[in-house]
Amino acid sequence: MTDDTILSVSGLSKNFKAVKAVRDVSFSIRRGKTFGLVGESGSGKSTTARLVLRLIEPTSGSIRFRGRELANFSPAELRAERRHMQMIFQDPYGSLNPRMSVRETLIEPQLVHGIGTPAERIQTAELLLAEVSLPRAALDRHPHEFSGGQRQRIAIARALATNPELIVADEPVSALDVSVQAQVLNLMRDLQDRHRTTMLFISHDLRVVQFMCDEIAVMYLGEVVEQGPRDRIYYSAAHPYTQALLASATGKRDGKRARLKGEIPSAHAVPSGCAFRTRCPHAFERCALEKPAIRDLGLGQKAACHLLDGQAVS
Amino acid sequence: MTVRTASDSTPTAQPASARELVLEVRDLSVSLRNADGLLPIVTDVSFSIAEGEAVALAGESGCGKSITASAIMGIAPDNAEISGTIILNGAAISGLPHRERRKLCGRHMGFIFQEPMTALHPTLTVGRQMTDTLRHNLGLSHAAATDRAAELLDRVGIPRAREILKGYVHELSGGMRQRVMIALAISCGPSLVIADEPTTALDVTIQAQVLDLLDEMRREFELAMLFITHDLELVGDFCDRAVVMYAGDVVERGRAADIVRSPAHPYARGLIDAMPRHGDQRARLTPIPGTVPPVGHWPQGCRFAPRCSRAGKKCTVRPPLAVHIRSDVRCWYPLKVGQ
Repeated sequence: MTDDTILSVSGLSKNFKAVKAVRDVSFSIRRGKTFGLVGESGSGKSTTARLVLRLIEPTSGSIRFRGRELANFSPAELRAERRHMQMIFQDPYGSLNPRMSVRETLIEPQLVHGIGTPAERIQTAELLLAEVSLPRAALDRHPHEFSGGQRQRIAIARALATNPELIVADEPVSALDVSVQAQVLNLMRDLQDRHRTTMLFISHDLRVVQFMCDEIAVMYLGEVVEQGPRDRIYYSAAHPYTQALLASATGKRDGKRARLKGEIPSAHAVPSGCAFRTRCPHAFERCALEKPAIRDLGLGQKAACHLLDGQAVS
Repeated sequence: MTVRTASDSTPTAQPASARELVLEVRDLSVSLRNADGLLPIVTDVSFSIAEGEAVALAGESGCGKSITASAIMGIAPDNAEISGTIILNGAAISGLPHRERRKLCGRHMGFIFQEPMTALHPTLTVGRQMTDTLRHNLGLSHAAATDRAAELLDRVGIPRAREILKGYVHELSGGMRQRVMIALAISCGPSLVIADEPTTALDVTIQAQVLDLLDEMRREFELAMLFITHDLELVGDFCDRAVVMYAGDVVERGRAADIVRSPAHPYARGLIDAMPRHGDQRARLTPIPGTVPPVGHWPQGCRFAPRCSRAGKKCTVRPPLAVHIRSDVRCWYPLKVGQ
């Protein structure tokens, strides 16, 4: 781990009773970078996001944030630490308090963390609003008076209110129309450049992830099957699932896309060996018997697949 | 420049081949009656679909694509005032009384909705829903309807069809539910299938499977398909022709591949530039400034003009849908090919 690493997750697992929602997930994020978690429903990407913020407790594994083990924090310490980690949700309708004016919404997190004097907090609220390109007049209005895109801007401003080091964004543009989505994505990139905020970006949309992220981890049934720098994932995906995901999302009708057969298995009954083998076009005997280890493929790329066995590190 | 107004006789309004027309929509307008009078929702929509052809009705939320579909289906809200002509298999259906319209549903038109859980009945078995439809529309006996239902489920790729018939919708995955809805939609041999965002709620890999299935069904049964979507990438992949809507208006109409590759209307261009693409190396996306005007607050003249970088003096007058290079465009300053 270099000094540059702000978040480092290793061996992270979460069971909900018999369901193993997240299994042995490891990754780290460098300061100022955007790390994407991509996967379909049931892949564990949102659970991983909540674990990272310790909104839910992990079953096992370690989360180091700013050089300290999050599991060791007392409840009071954790509350204080939250100042440095904020979240943006998919649904700004549900995540903003409908009774609070925008002014109150932007002041509240500062108040909770004892940041600034009352006058400074108001000043910060005004600055934040300008940063997300909303007029000053918005301060006295309530969430229902805004469109979906504007509400997501307010949610972003709120997340920035404590000047956090890490923002976890869970499907932040999935509910927005294309033209508005582009505005919000541009805004997030601009703000990140300006503040050097680190971002954990969760999405099911491969096009959005490619635009936003420096590094990407692809999850399937609670596990990371492949991870690496963006261009390695998009241009030389090694795992059959990543390849299929890309083909499904970008394929054209002519030339017949590579199709995955069957459905995502239930998290109650994860297949033995490689979890992906039931849908994998290349599965062979060993895949059912033995779980593939995650292999280093060089250039920061890693994947867990028996097909890659013996492949030299480039 | 003389502007030639696009009518139903222009090449892009009609399918290229001489195949039989299944659906013709002419000057369809829908308004909703409320306390303040009539609120226009959709204005002057015209397009047609031939057998075996897929036509996209594309646009963002609030553009009027879904209400257009419900007007065609005959399920528009009670306070809707509808004008224009809808012709199904050569017969005008727009003037028919409600009861007659209902008979066409299921028998001649099949529907696939985004959310199968809301469209399928939660407390009736899958089999009951399918056999009811088959018996009602085709007059089949219970046994014959059950056999046919099992065949249909099998055909849409549902394993253990007989077992599934006895089960309920909530026991199925999202992809399987959508397959059931497809089976139901094609069960009575319709000539037209209307699919409203049929894969939007599905995971990427399942979405691809369902699109393949729809494509297969279309070819096998020569179905005319109206495909309602917000996703222009799907339009290019899946449809022969496209109708792009904005604020209740058709803004561009033509071959899907042409529109996706080289749109002539600035809004269509804007939508494409706003989407992140595979292989995108752009540092910034190009958003369309502002937001879609809500119904009741449409600007005078061209409804896109306030958000349009090409807007000029003429745009205070609503442009006609006019023949441009390859498509029909409602714009005074359309883009050239490749611009």
